[in-house]
Amino acid sequence: MPDPTPAPTLSPAEVERIALLARLDLTEDEKSRYAGQLSAILEYAATLMTVNVDDIPPTATVLDARNVMRAEDIPAPGLSREEALANAPRTDGASFEVQATFDNGD
Amino acid sequence: MEYEVVIGMETHVEQSTHSKMFCSCSASFFGAEPNTNVCPTCLGMPGALPVINQRAVEFCIMVGLALNCKIARHTFWERKSYWYPDLPKGYQISQYQCPLCYDGYIDVDVRDLSSGNWTETHYRKRIRIRRAHLEEDTGKLAHAGNVSFVDYNRSGVPLIEIVTEPDIASADEAYAYLSALRDIVRYLGVSSGDMEKGALRGEPNMSLRPKGSDTFGTKVEIKNLNSLRAVRDSIAYEIKRQSRLLDEGDQIRQVTLGWDDARGVTVIQREKEEAHDYRYFPEPDLPPLVIDDTWLEAIRARMPELPLAKNDRFMRDFGLSGYDAMVLTKDRATAEYFEKVVAALCGEKNQGLQAAAKSAANWVTGELFRLMGATGAGIEHVKVDPAQLAGLIQLVDNKTININTARQVFEEMFASGRDAGAIVEAKGLAQVNDEATLSKVVEEVLDANPQQAQAYLAGNEKLFQFLVGQTMKRTKGKGNPQVLQGLLKAALDKRRSQ
Amino acid sequence: MNLCALTIHEARASLGAGHVTATALTRACLTRIHALNPRLNAFLTVNADEALQQAAAADERLRREGAAAFNDQPLLGVPLGIKDVLSTRGLRTTAGSRILEHYTPAWDATCVARLRAAGAVLLGKTNTDEFAMGSSTENSAFGVTRNPWDEARVPGGSSGGSAAAVAADLCCAALGSDTGGSVRQPAALCGITGLKNSYGRVSRYGLIAYASSLDSVGVLAKDARDAAIMLEVIAGHDPHDSTSAARPVEGWEQALNGDIRGLRIGVPREYFIPGMQPEVTEAVRAGIETLRSLGASVIDISLPSTTLALPVYYLIATAEASANLARFDSVRYGLRVPGADLVDTYRKTRGAGFGAEVKRRIMLGTYALSAGYYDAYYVRAQKVRTLIKQEFERAFAQVDLIVAPTSPTTAFKIGEKADDPIQMYLSDIFTLTMNLAGICGVSIPCGFDTAGLPIGMQLMGAAFDEKTVLRAADAFQRNTEWHLRKPAL
Repeated sequence: MPDPTPAPTLSPAEVERIALLARLDLTEDEKSRYAGQLSAILEYAATLMTVNVDDIPPTATVLDARNVMRAEDIPAPGLSREEALANAPRTDGASFEVQATFDNGD
Repeated sequence: MEYEVVIGMETHVEQSTHSKMFCSCSASFFGAEPNTNVCPTCLGMPGALPVINQRAVEFCIMVGLALNCKIARHTFWERKSYWYPDLPKGYQISQYQCPLCYDGYIDVDVRDLSSGNWTETHYRKRIRIRRAHLEEDTGKLAHAGNVSFVDYNRSGVPLIEIVTEPDIASADEAYAYLSALRDIVRYLGVSSGDMEKGALRGEPNMSLRPKGSDTFGTKVEIKNLNSLRAVRDSIAYEIKRQSRLLDEGDQIRQVTLGWDDARGVTVIQREKEEAHDYRYFPEPDLPPLVIDDTWLEAIRARMPELPLAKNDRFMRDFGLSGYDAMVLTKDRATAEYFEKVVAALCGEKNQGLQAAAKSAANWVTGELFRLMGATGAGIEHVKVDPAQLAGLIQLVDNKTININTARQVFEEMFASGRDAGAIVEAKGLAQVNDEATLSKVVEEVLDANPQQAQAYLAGNEKLFQFLVGQTMKRTKGKGNPQVLQGLLKAALDKRRSQ
Repeated sequence: MNLCALTIHEARASLGAGHVTATALTRACLTRIHALNPRLNAFLTVNADEALQQAAAADERLRREGAAAFNDQPLLGVPLGIKDVLSTRGLRTTAGSRILEHYTPAWDATCVARLRAAGAVLLGKTNTDEFAMGSSTENSAFGVTRNPWDEARVPGGSSGGSAAAVAADLCCAALGSDTGGSVRQPAALCGITGLKNSYGRVSRYGLIAYASSLDSVGVLAKDARDAAIMLEVIAGHDPHDSTSAARPVEGWEQALNGDIRGLRIGVPREYFIPGMQPEVTEAVRAGIETLRSLGASVIDISLPSTTLALPVYYLIATAEASANLARFDSVRYGLRVPGADLVDTYRKTRGAGFGAEVKRRIMLGTYALSAGYYDAYYVRAQKVRTLIKQEFERAFAQVDLIVAPTSPTTAFKIGEKADDPIQMYLSDIFTLTMNLAGICGVSIPCGFDTAGLPIGMQLMGAAFDEKTVLRAADAFQRNTEWHLRKPAL
């Protein structure tokens, strides 16, 4: 089945949808600038649509390594709690503190 | 109207590996001080990278094999992106396109748990498994007023996600499925299976439709179920609630529900929301997995006989009832204990196998379970080893002690771990089988209780048991009850004819 | 003698012979940093106290053992810079981003740990385009680095801080990272040697990820010999990085024999295009002639998929980046800008914490992965990546080395391309193919333009053939002196 042709330009609504998906607060100026720039980049990327890639496998990694695993299931010490929390914006000394959230993200 | 329910189950099984899925931190998060089992990788520190725990992969394959799944020969990892503070990297390393295990099934024995008499009434149901894949768990959030606290000890603990086809057709079937799955993961040593501790998290999704319809109704999901009973009760509750709504012509709303255990009702946790956009793509930090025959067979060779196979073998070879087979195979250590008792009773020749199995089953499911229940001891802490229990059973079989004495002796064995023979000898508990001695006792009892004997002869047959009791009392419980009863009967008959 | 101008091998000779102490060498570097960094902005964080302690420890050992100490600590007492995308224990690590302005890791990247174990003196952290996204260091949240050859111009990027630091003799050598040319292009624009290693040659553990399937740790050095010395220290399998190759560390310095007779060199016609600066073409052509004169044979080859590399790169790199940068959510580290609720906090933090280019790439990558576009963009880009990789493999069946310009132009003016992302992206057009194919290469100085700005020539080798790349670069440098020229500062 041929790949669907992607939308060549991004609408303001689409820019806002992507910004929310990426958790980015964008100014109106940024939104309009990115809409134009991303559209231009996507237009440029449209050259890829002309390439015949039937039967070409995708390359996710250039390495041919397989089954790279840790054989021993033995616990090892990591960071101390102080080290773990050291860079956090807010903690109670034991845990990382965030604004309350009840919705479970997934 | 009559409705039928269509249920699919998504279950997360927390593995009991020692270390985490992608780092070497301890995976024993339960009860640990917050953020003490963490490292750059499971905290998602900038620049940290994952490394696969081989044991976790093998555990997942084992579960797949136990669920009769096909095992992917070539698979890879993907990033599943979403935002939540307990997900440190902003993505979860998971599997989407190529689950490690797929297209399987599980056969489960379903019992009608509402009838009260469910011990023997059951049917066997096949539930298809769509997929079982491996992923990493998230951290934990604790809510406190307008803030939440995040603990990443659980972050990165290996999880198996198991998804069924919508083959489950009742609350009892859902119960049976999860129960069987729990038994399996425990047999395999893959997980503690403790629902209370969140090591097994079953999330049913269900919909109702008019019986005979072939379209699906509106689906609801139930989350946060922390016991098998909660799974069964919440589904049963939802069937009733939704049936009533449908009868009244109302619509079912697509929601995620929670279960309020105390009140026995479901509560809406979340309304339907926009479809998630997880932006899956192959995890560039982890090379793919190739599972060849050699590896697969090595894993298969390490797997024990599974509960259902054992159940069926116990019924077939030992002639056990369905109930006995079920309770004896529910837990692997118990089943192994039982089999060792049987083996000790039969020796190597398997002589009298079924009789031996019957008495072993009676002892294990009776006295042993009773005392384990009373003391809270697990089978691995029972001081009586299987050979010792077999020794006790043999003392009963060869009439050295009677069954009542045997129960007393067993209590002692359970407390002290001593041999039955030693206890019987030390306490002089050997049974008296000698007829002459016992005849004398019978005569003494009848002489001492002339009124009761008269009344019996006059037709009050209940008094026979009283008289038997008196003879047992006089022998300090050591008289052979069968012999005493026969002698007493004969003596009374003789008096009747006089 | 200007101590700071020493190469690693020269410094080792002096240190081993007792002609100079590590402390003196380190002090000289710190003094020069103090004098020049306000102008160049090459270093973001200077690690003066620890560096002097490391130098003192090195002197202690050198006093006792002399040059023999280099046997197991080959960088003993050698002052180095570290690109600020590498995690350094106890030393602020910003990735050039406002969002990590106050982040101090408790752990070292593997390559940093290996430098420490080799006895190196860590002078500090060098400037970079934010999260290594850029070709000029103009995207650093902490100001642009200036090119030592012309302070009105960019040093290239994203390892522009490391390149400028080495070119300005603020350190002997520096670590960089290369995802689409970020070591080679600034090396070219600053007139130094930049080694991009094969994907998997050096552990990425502790390298703050930009595009995980393309990222590699590299070296910015004064010559190819120093690059070889550095590589021997940082290369090798790391159990913390599943994509680090299980290949032995080779004696790369030992292999520098100056002999490239019989070496087959391919020159790809797609790397000489209309619109590039004519002086670059001329200098690289001349460099190829030099290699021929040293006994190499030169043949024309074709890598027709080269023109596709730019869109492939920007789709794959930004998609991976959009996920890699999701961890910056203000929960465990980094900036937090409180909002009305958690989602708002995330958005405000990331909106304020990331610069324009980073946000642009996150947007592009998020779009490329989002439902409905995944197959059309991301999967297709991965398939074309396969074509590019296969082309290189076919080429390397025919030749030992591919030689091309590193950058189509010499250093451009600060601000010149800042508002046009595609023009900026085009400056990496000759370098990013190598990252897509996972191969290795080095950029070496091969001339200067009429404005006196350095020109870089890129030697590309097959995956894990750093030996050939370094041997050819060293042979070239034995017979030229472009790499010896210094900017007037």
